[in-house]
Amino acid sequence: MSTTKQRRPAIEGWFTTADGEVRLLGTRCASCGTPYFPRNELACRNPRCDGPKDGSELEDHALSGRGRVWSYADSRYKPPPPYISPDPFRPYTVAAVELETERMVVLGQVAPGHTVDDLAVGMEVELTEGTLYEDDEAEYTIWMWRPVSA
Amino acid sequence: MSKPIAVLGAGMHPWGKWGRNFVEYGLAAARAALADAGLTWPDVQYVAGADTIRNGYPGFIAGATFAQALGWSGARVSSCYAACASGAQAINAARAQILAGLCDVALVVGADAAPKGFFKPVGGDRPDDPDWLRFRLLGATNPIYFALYARRRMAVHGATLDDFAAVKVKNARHGLGNPNARYRKEVTLEDVRESAVVADPLRLLDICATSDGGAALVLSSMEFARRHGVAEPVRIPALSTVTPTFPKTVLDLPDFATDSALVVDEPDRPFRSAIAHAAYEEAGIGPDELSLAEVYDLSTALELDWYEDIGLCEPGGAEELLRSGATALGGRIPVNPSGGLASFGEAIPAQAIAQVCELTWQLRGQAEGRQVDGARAGIAVNQGLFGHGSAVIAVR
Repeated sequence: MSTTKQRRPAIEGWFTTADGEVRLLGTRCASCGTPYFPRNELACRNPRCDGPKDGSELEDHALSGRGRVWSYADSRYKPPPPYISPDPFRPYTVAAVELETERMVVLGQVAPGHTVDDLAVGMEVELTEGTLYEDDEAEYTIWMWRPVSA
Repeated sequence: MSKPIAVLGAGMHPWGKWGRNFVEYGLAAARAALADAGLTWPDVQYVAGADTIRNGYPGFIAGATFAQALGWSGARVSSCYAACASGAQAINAARAQILAGLCDVALVVGADAAPKGFFKPVGGDRPDDPDWLRFRLLGATNPIYFALYARRRMAVHGATLDDFAAVKVKNARHGLGNPNARYRKEVTLEDVRESAVVADPLRLLDICATSDGGAALVLSSMEFARRHGVAEPVRIPALSTVTPTFPKTVLDLPDFATDSALVVDEPDRPFRSAIAHAAYEEAGIGPDELSLAEVYDLSTALELDWYEDIGLCEPGGAEELLRSGATALGGRIPVNPSGGLASFGEAIPAQAIAQVCELTWQLRGQAEGRQVDGARAGIAVNQGLFGHGSAVIAVR
């Protein structure tokens, strides 16, 4: 039964669902304060940051789970691998969302059931967890955006 | 201002979907450019190849591949890859050799044989490669990014779907007269409106195709050009390949996120604009002095972004500029008189070289069927994506 399938993140360590709240897991430079997503563990990329730039300045940092839509689009045709598409293909929507606190734009698919008609630039959205693809063993999940009012 | 180099020859293999090996296209383009220059292959002291990553090992070492096809001659050789800016990087490699006095005559070649459909990452499981991950985790194809820019333009600057369609109609009309263009067919607003939505708000005819093609240039020092009997060659006084400046706040392929502007404010000039600005500074000319521009219209909407990035109008003024007819042949500043990517489709490593071929023919008055009257200066710009991009200025 599909309902008993295990749920696993499609990628380890990029987001958390602890305490029922979905957050993106990035890093932050302890020297200059610049946040990064996806995780940057190599060195702070702010060329004017005077931190050690050996990675020791980067600490774990969960990004805010809400933001405003910067732009959005959808895919009406099946993309090539490595995207794993259900059969038949299901169109999906992608949103670029501006995080006010971090002053950055982060991409994510939009939770199923929401199309481009439900979105507008500037609209407030929040993170949720959704199924990206599944196989016989498990459903593989990923962060997704959804309108706050939903 | 830096010293100029001379363009002695330009040549192309027509764009299309020919289904043959990329080396054949590059070879044809190289021979055409050499003939145009009145030189032979053994005259070439340096050959720069622009790499293709979708044609196996010969594509990764394109300089040597083309040199072998032309016949090993002992010329110095280089190969380079910079996504869509690969061709401009190859021109720049040749230019640096010429300006350093290390050679007099150089040949630059780029060619591609493109697969059908969406561009996809090169094969194999690479879960630490952002280009692989954007497909796996987001389904973020290239058209998705183009559509995100297009939607943003609609929301911020009031662009309409018909504005996007009008870009296609214009470029298709320009391409009618270009024997090297792949699509040489009039397109109507209605055709664009009725084409299938690929990535809302962009439709099939808003997005450039992928093509086979080859382009080549013969470049030389000004002194060699004079000795060769070309008193007034087309000159390249500037070529810019600057990186973005931190924080890069405009989403780019294959990014999951932009840089954060929390600590450092976004730069005065966003990436595309910075690329063009550096070229203007180097050439000592401004957008007002241009006769034409070749811009990288990966999508119709992106052409409008370019108008602003290269200073043809203020931010937010592109729709008005387009609607005024200024950017059509016969207008104040024709954009993409070649027909652009809309008429060519993209042959990645050849495209930036093809743009300079078009500038060359326009500046010589040889762009039959699409000639910009009295062309004296042109710019060719390219956002290579993945942090690469280029701007080339040519004058006569």
